[in-house]
Amino acid sequence: MSLSTAVFYLVALITVVSAGMVAFSRNIIYSAFSLLGTFMGVAGLYVFLGADFVAAVQLLIYVGGILVLILFAVMLTHRITDVQVTNRAAGRIPALILIGALIYLLIETIKVTPWAKAKELTYAPTTASIGDSFLSAYLLPFELASLVLLGAMIGAVVLSRKEIKE
Amino acid sequence: MSPNELTSYLIIGAILFVLGLFTVLTRRNAISVLMGVELILNSANVNYVAFSHFGSGNADGQIYAIFVIMLAAAEAAVGLAIVLAIYQLFHTIDVEAAETLKE
Repeated sequence: MSLSTAVFYLVALITVVSAGMVAFSRNIIYSAFSLLGTFMGVAGLYVFLGADFVAAVQLLIYVGGILVLILFAVMLTHRITDVQVTNRAAGRIPALILIGALIYLLIETIKVTPWAKAKELTYAPTTASIGDSFLSAYLLPFELASLVLLGAMIGAVVLSRKEIKE
Repeated sequence: MSPNELTSYLIIGAILFVLGLFTVLTRRNAISVLMGVELILNSANVNYVAFSHFGSGNADGQIYAIFVIMLAAAEAAVGLAIVLAIYQLFHTIDVEAAETLKE
């Protein structure tokens, strides 16, 4: 087993185990911090897939933005000194049966499907081609994305401001 | 399972999707539900980038992944603002306790 294969197994293990912690942990702080492992593991998978720019964006936006936002929300809505169960879950048995059946179906489908054989894999910087595509083929979605972000920003401010009662 | 096979990435994506679905289905805490949604979006992104790498070879799949990340950021901002507003109104973020649309 080569070194890169070993690293791949490690990254995959971190991703799956911390996703499991998110799903099954009894404390919401542990869930939020496990999300860090999942996001970092997914960024590692992007590196294995030769997507350097997406891996950097994943780290910047998910780890640097969304995770911090989630941690802020956790700490604003819970007294974190409380150590009792903060992360209630209900209906676990039916959900476990459902997701067991679903994962079986998905993995069997993935195994049975005759995927096209991989071509000669190349690892080249992708940032230039992504930038070209954003300003040519994907120009309209790119501009719409800025409108969506502006709307989300205004919406978040309007929703979370203090209501002034008269 | 090896880093040079498409199926290993698809299986990791499927596991992430299923765990995210489990989180969304069972959690009663609104922030945990949002965490499950983030897991599901990440699993979709892994599939996009894997197909982009092993399939066409151009960057289209990666661009879709970047758009998904952008929408996930917008969703997290608005979703968590809604959660904070619910907390101010109901003093809990249990999704079963907060079931009316106004006071």
